[in-house]
Amino acid sequence: MPNIKALNDLTTQVRRDILRMVHKVNSGHPGGSLGCAEFFVALYQEIMETKDGFDMNGIGEDLFFLSNGHISPVYYSVLARSGYFDIDELNTFRLIDSRLQGHPTTHEGLPGIRIASGSLGQGMSVSIGAAEAKKLNNDDHLIFSLHGDGELQEGQNWEAIMYASGNNIDNLISTIDVNGQQIDGSTDNVLPLGDLRRKFEAFGWSVVEIEEGNNIEAILKGMATAKSLTGKGKPICVLLQTVMGNGVDFMMHTHAWHGKAPNDEQLEIGLSQNPVTLGDY
Amino acid sequence: MKTYSNTGSKDTRSGFGAGLTELGKSNENVVALCADLTGSLKMDEFKANHPERFFQIGIAEANMIGIAAGMTIGGKIPFTGTFANFSTGRVYDQIRQSVAYSGKNVKICASHAGITLGEDGATHQILEDIGLMKMLPGMTVINTCDFNQTKAATLAIAKHDGPVYLRFGRPKVPNFTPENGTFEIGKAVKLTEGNDVTIVATGHLVWEALEAAKSLNEAGISAEVINIHTIKPLDEKAIIESVEKTGCIVTAEEHNYLGGLGESVSRVLAKHRPTPQEFVATNDTFGESGTPAQLMNKYGLNSDAIEKASKIVLARK
Repeated sequence: MPNIKALNDLTTQVRRDILRMVHKVNSGHPGGSLGCAEFFVALYQEIMETKDGFDMNGIGEDLFFLSNGHISPVYYSVLARSGYFDIDELNTFRLIDSRLQGHPTTHEGLPGIRIASGSLGQGMSVSIGAAEAKKLNNDDHLIFSLHGDGELQEGQNWEAIMYASGNNIDNLISTIDVNGQQIDGSTDNVLPLGDLRRKFEAFGWSVVEIEEGNNIEAILKGMATAKSLTGKGKPICVLLQTVMGNGVDFMMHTHAWHGKAPNDEQLEIGLSQNPVTLGDY
Repeated sequence: MKTYSNTGSKDTRSGFGAGLTELGKSNENVVALCADLTGSLKMDEFKANHPERFFQIGIAEANMIGIAAGMTIGGKIPFTGTFANFSTGRVYDQIRQSVAYSGKNVKICASHAGITLGEDGATHQILEDIGLMKMLPGMTVINTCDFNQTKAATLAIAKHDGPVYLRFGRPKVPNFTPENGTFEIGKAVKLTEGNDVTIVATGHLVWEALEAAKSLNEAGISAEVINIHTIKPLDEKAIIESVEKTGCIVTAEEHNYLGGLGESVSRVLAKHRPTPQEFVATNDTFGESGTPAQLMNKYGLNSDAIEKASKIVLARK
């Protein structure tokens, strides 16, 4: 049985990491990062089967691809706290000569990263390629991916969504972070996404909805359902309903903190709402 | 003067197909992806021999590039196939981020490059692709001249670890390089020795350069013809050594003069040995419908144009 308290404690610490990382360099994307903290913790601590160490090909283990690369703070924090690199390296986020670039990249050789992302809409195609390689290698491990809901406005996703069902990519679980926000406002105001469940189903995917996307137990349950649907001829989409900026009250339910760092005072308020659990980097 | 004979005209894309067929048998990590142009790219035989390693992506080139990048994670060596226009301009950002910046071992194989695509017209005749691809850090850019060389290049790039853009074409052109010859990425091939003018050509213009050299020879002008099949990394040494001897140079390519081989050569010469240069290339223009021969003539991309440019550059020495 997963230790829910330990996972929640880790999530709280990850939130502190996110806030401190973006505050230090006065840049980065805290909103989406905070909204996905529980998902990343659940994924790396409980859901994925991974091997010790890191090698690019990842044969014999589950792989994860982040398509919406701007939420790199949560990715870096959870990778570090899952043992991929030293947590002190979080101090270098977005600084010159760092492996922790503004958007994730393989270019600097950071363990845990298998593709560059940032320019949106490319991660699902890459995930499908990795899933096809797993099938060719007779490797029955899974591919997980995460995409922003606004990111689905990029047309390449729909090429990929059509391909995945048409080619029975049933070792792929693509999660959509449904927070309803993007840079210029709500997704409804910028470009409505419509009924995502019906769209994915119409494209031939199995769909799992996680209504409490900031609740570790709900995430574990929903992702277990998603895993149970693999190997049945269809790709799986998880619609993860999250709150952007979750865990920091003044950042929640708004697009305002998509790409804005807190000032000193705001940082202190945010940190006071998320007291130290495991220790800061 | 050393001369070359056409052993039978063939299309360069068939050289790619032949190379891919051979790779299918010799390297089980090679996979092929195609965006609804299997016949045009001559990938049918690979598909028939290895259906499990052939991926029909449909008319979705961006998805194809992304899937290819993902397949490298797991040790595959993906060869993507579509027309040059859809292999580059249409998917530039996908290549930039998911392949080049990510350092993925993807081979982007592009047929119907340049104006010799012919009757389909300018929508399909990309004359900017060499420029687009050579600007990407880490990208190797190859433009082969005939069937044999395209086949050899296809085999060679499978052994090279890193992203490659391999450019070839649609029409049947003279086949004159050695059968089963070796292909060394980044190494220019000197085809004729000469003292008066250097002609460096790539792709379909290499044969035209040889034809021009014959005419020049008859007029008492000794031309050194160099086949630059690899535009990046460029064999700078071969170019500099040749112009040290000849003192002038003509570059010839089926591409816009902006961003093409000619500009790469100018950069090298400006830095190491400023030399008069003439450009045989398209002049910042789109193409149009017509037969390949008509178009090469109209846009000044044939042996006559190379001969004329050689005489002009000689006068500038």
